[in-house]
Parts: sequence; C-alpha cells; structure tokens
Amino acid sequence: MVTASYKSDYIRLTHLRRLYSGVLALVLILLFFGGFYTADSRNAGGFFDGLDRLFDFPAEVLGEAWSEIDGLPALLWHYMPSLIETVNIAAVATLIGAIIGLLLSLFSTRGLAFWPAGIPLFRRSMDIMRAIPEIVIALVLIFIMGAGPIPAMIAIAIHTSGALGKLFSEVNENCDMKPVDGLASVGASWGQRMWFGVFPQVIQNYFSYALLRFEINIRASAILGFVGAGGIGYDLRNTISWGKGRYDDATAIFMLLFLTIVLVDQLSSVVRNRVLGDQK
Amino acid sequence: MIAGTPSPDLRGQSLAAIKRRSLLCFAIPGLILAYLVYVFFAFEVNDAFEDANLDNAKILVGDSYSYKTVVSHDNRSGRYVVAIEGEKKGRYTPGAQPAWVSLDGENADVDLADGYRVTIRDREVTFIIPNYGQITALPTRRGVEVELPDGPMPSWINLSRTRLNVKTPNGRISVTKAKTTVFRYFFGWELFWFTLDSPYYGLGFTELAAAAVSGEKNENGQTHALAIFQDFWFNPMWRHGEVAWALVETVLMAFLGTIGAACLALPLGFLSARNFAPSLIGRFGMRRLFDFLRGVDGLIWTVILSRAFGPGPMTGALAILITDTGTFGKMFSEALENVDDKQIEGLKSTGASPISQNRFGVIPQITPVLLSQILYYLESNTRSATIIGAIVGGGIGLLLTQAIITQKDWEEVTYYIILIVVMVFIMDSLSGWLRRRLIKGGA
Repeated sequence: MVTASYKSDYIRLTHLRRLYSGVLALVLILLFFGGFYTADSRNAGGFFDGLDRLFDFPAEVLGEAWSEIDGLPALLWHYMPSLIETVNIAAVATLIGAIIGLLLSLFSTRGLAFWPAGIPLFRRSMDIMRAIPEIVIALVLIFIMGAGPIPAMIAIAIHTSGALGKLFSEVNENCDMKPVDGLASVGASWGQRMWFGVFPQVIQNYFSYALLRFEINIRASAILGFVGAGGIGYDLRNTISWGKGRYDDATAIFMLLFLTIVLVDQLSSVVRNRVLGDQK
Repeated sequence: MIAGTPSPDLRGQSLAAIKRRSLLCFAIPGLILAYLVYVFFAFEVNDAFEDANLDNAKILVGDSYSYKTVVSHDNRSGRYVVAIEGEKKGRYTPGAQPAWVSLDGENADVDLADGYRVTIRDREVTFIIPNYGQITALPTRRGVEVELPDGPMPSWINLSRTRLNVKTPNGRISVTKAKTTVFRYFFGWELFWFTLDSPYYGLGFTELAAAAVSGEKNENGQTHALAIFQDFWFNPMWRHGEVAWALVETVLMAFLGTIGAACLALPLGFLSARNFAPSLIGRFGMRRLFDFLRGVDGLIWTVILSRAFGPGPMTGALAILITDTGTFGKMFSEALENVDDKQIEGLKSTGASPISQNRFGVIPQITPVLLSQILYYLESNTRSATIIGAIVGGGIGLLLTQAIITQKDWEEVTYYIILIVVMVFIMDSLSGWLRRRLIKGGA
C-alpha cells in the first residue's frame, strides 16, 4: 500500500529529525557546560565562591551612598557635564555615522548606485567598518590624539556608518523605483533623483534605525569612556578604581547612566512608534 | 468637497502645508549644522587636532609593517650587543650576528645598504651617507664631538652638545657619551615564526616542511614536526599560544553570555507575554525587571561582577548574560505576543495537553525569530566581549590594551587588530550561514 509506505517514511524522517535535534541540543549543552567550566577555571575568582559575594559590592556602595544621601543631588549636578559629554559623543557619532551610512547605502544599492561597478567595494568597506570593534579605533586614536571625546566619537562614528549603511541599504532595496524612474525621465540629476525620489520613501525608516543606534551608541560611549575616552565612563573608572572607594560619587554616576539609558530607551520607542505609525 | 472646484480654503491649507514642509527642509539641516558647530567648540576639536602627536602616528604606522635591528656599543665597557628590536628576547649570541654587521673586538662595521655605512673604530663613529658626505662623532667624557660636511645642517640631523641623532631612510644612529646605537629597518614582523634561539630560525618553508615530514628526531628526542610546532606556539616574543587562547576566551564569553541569556530569557519571556501570563502584576514585574537589566548598562554590570568574581572570562560572560537576558526577555515576549492563535486552537481541539500545545503550537512559530536574534547577538557580542575583556581583564581585549599601553609593540597591536577583525568576520559569516541553514533551509 502506498499510504503505508508514506506513513512509515514520514515516521522514519520524524525520528531522524528528532535524533538530529537531540544530538544538536546535546552538543550545545556539552559546549555550554564545557565552556562554563573552562571560563570558570580561567577566572581569578570562581563562580560559586563569587556568588555569595555578588551583592557585597552593591550593598557597600549603596550603604555608603545612603549614609551621605544629603550630598547626592549636588553630586548628580556635579557629574552632569560628563553625562552631557557622553551623550554628545553618542549623538554626534550617530549623526555623522548616519550621514556617511546614508551615502554608503546609496552607493551600494543596486538600481540607485551612482557608480554601479563600485557596489562590491562599498559593501566590503561597510563590512570592515562594522567588524572593527570601537575600542580598537578608540585606543589607537587616544595614543595619537591624547585622551578626550574625539577618539571615541570617531570610533563610534565609523562603526555606526557601517552598521547603519547596511540597514539603510536594506531599506533602499525595498523602495519603489517608479518615482526615481519618473524623475530620471525628465532629466533629473542623481542628487535630485535621490532627494525627491528616494528620501521621501525611506526617511522614516532611516530615522527609526538611527534612533535605535543612538541608544546603542550611548552605551558604547559610556564604555569607551571607561578605557580613557572622557565622559561619564571615565569618571566612573576614577571613582571606583580599586582601593579608592568614593562610592557616593559612583552611585550618582550609576543613577545618571541608568536614568539616561532608560529615558532614551523609552523616548526612542515612543518616537519610533509614532514615526512608523504615520507610515502605515 | 466638490471635485473640480477646489475651495479657496483647501488651496490655502495646501499652500500652508507646503510652506511648513519646505521650512522644515531648511530647518532640520540648519539645526544639525548648529548642533555640530556647538559640539565643535564643546569638544575643542581644533585644539585636539593641533595637539595630535603626529610622531606617534608615524611610529605606529612604521612599526606596524617594519622592525629594527639594533647594534649598540657601550662606550665604557666597549661591548657590542646586536638585538632585534633591542629586546633581550631578540638578542643574537656573540659571533652569530647577521652578515651586515661585522664585529672585531672594539671595532665594528655596519652595512646599512645602498652605500650607507657606519664604522666604529675604538669609540670613534663614522657614518658615510651617499650624496651628503661623512659624519664623524667621537664620544668623550664631556659629550660628543661631531664633524659634519660643510654647508647647512639638514633637518634629519639633530645635534646637541651631548647627543647626535641622524635619521636616514636606510637607518638611524644615535651617539651619546655612554652609548652608540645603530638602527637598521627591515620590512615585516620580526621573529614572527621562531625566535633566534630556535634551531628552525631562518629556515625556509620547504626546509621546514621537509624536516617535519622526515620523521627524524632532534637531540631532545622529539620529532621535528612537534618541535617546530612547539617553537612556533611558544614563541616568547609573539606568544601565539596565549593569543590563540585569548581569542578562544573572547568567543567563549560571547557564546556563554548569549546562550545563557537565551536559556534564561525563554521562560521569563513566557511569564511576561500577555497571552501566556494571566497575572497583570507578574507581567508588569517581569517587564520592569527586563528594563532594569537592560538599563543598568553592560558597563555597570561588568564593574559590579568583577568585584565579586575577579577578573577573567567568566566575569565577562556573566556581564553579557545579564544585559542580554533583559534584551532577549523583551524580544521573546514580543515574539510570543505575536504568535498566531489558530495553531494552538487546532491542537486544543485534538485534546492536546498544555505542554503539547506550547511545544507543537508555539515553539515552531517563534523558533525562527528567536534563532535569528540569538545568532545576531552572538556575532555582536563577540565585539562587545572584546571591549568587556579590556575592562574585566580577559581575552584578546586585554592583550590589545596591554600592547597599546606599553606604546612600543605596535606590530603586536597590528597583529591583534587583524586577528580581532578576522575573528569578528568569521563569527559574522558563521552566524549568517547558520541563520540561512536553520531558518530558510529547515523550513
């Protein structure tokens, strides 16, 4: 009977598939625990020893901050300029990255490219810009230019250009070519075709991606500060460096950073929903 | 509205809208420009670029593709040392120096190629430079006595009473009363495969391959293949073994953090999805927990965790794990809320238990979304692990920061940067390949 053979085939395949999934899961679990064990043995303190000490440091920090709670508003005010610097680094880097990413994405989208032969070149250069971690560029630039916000800004901008360029070019690929062709038929230049034919279609998506990136960049800018690029991360390193213990300062910085990230997170999701909502 | 006869009101409205729009078109670039100008002054961009140390940049670029061999003469003891990069690990044993250096007691001849030549005769240094002439320098007890050819002193000679520095494209010399040093530059990375103490130093690839496959044993009773590998792997200058471990540690941090976070976030995602968790309070609590985990940035988690667990890859992995649990939790719960109810209802109608309903009705729907997010984060976390490694002291990030802080091993910095980029590329293509295989190929 034909149906019976289908049935047995189906069951056999299902079993095979289950076997593969099981083996894959087992390998993953083994890798995970093997990796955990390796990482644990190469760590200075063990996982299980550290587990009960996990809350010691936060408790110590909060305890000291609580005993000097009166000074907290002043400290929050004191670290405001550093916070503004961190946010500025992120904002400028996002802005510059978005502008460069926009050009790169236009240059690397089929049908829109100014110079179609160069598409692979621009794509690869975006891949490289995305692949180099920000810290590499930041540290090298700090060596050349000295500590300050500019190395971090350049580093984040380069990464952002690559990341946004890729997302933007995906948006471009979905855009309707009719307005572009129409503009081309009346003799519009490349710039005019992009400005009047493409941008009105894609600008909302661009904006939403750029906002999302801004969120990510604030975190990156705080982390880069920690390795010497200025801003609030740098202050954080100074206040919590081993043995010093100015924990009321550290608490103020933690709070500022936390509030900023949550605020930007919420704001950007509201704005993005509104912008993308308009589109629908 | 009547077609064909637009009311004047509508025309006015459209004109106003267009006017608003065109105003916006100018206002937005204007605002961006104003902001950039503000930042230009806030960051003191001008000063920063003026203060930029271009010599550092030159050293960095030069070191990244070339190395120097140093011949130094101690003017008091009369001893010569020939060493690659001037490092102890790269020192030639006396009598085994390269052919372009000939030493004879107190005297030395150093050939810098293309007619450039340095001779040292009992402390007196003579540097012959084609198209310029001959520089002689005699270190004395009070300083350095120098004779230059006639004419104005070129900018590549730097002379004071106690020190002479001459930089030429073929090499550099520096003479002080205590020490005479000659530098010759070579293209490439020094001792990348073997250090000088290895018997395999200076052998070509074919010779090495022949020794490796011959099966003969060296004086220690090891096969050549093993000894070649060991001399390379434990090369004291480049420490290939340690670097490989650091790369593994970095990938491990990303792997443990991402997979661990995904495992934690899946059940938590169920608890905070509207269609699976009936309790409003519980859902609200879970949501705020995710916001908290994400809001306390990875940087802060890293700082807190490294106090409890000490420096190392485990700390980095946990920092990634905690931050990403928040991110994944939010994403997974959103994916769960978008699940199509029809399949669950279908299963319900056949009398499936709640577990079977979730297993066969929900999991297959969300797996592609989850997998693609997890794989994307795995790649992105490899980059984060590099940075976190620099802070918690683990992985390639630590090696990179250390090499940059010493400010002299720029060839190692270049090596690490190349390795990091290659690592990220591999993770990127691996995650892309898996995504295509598991999501498109599996369906």
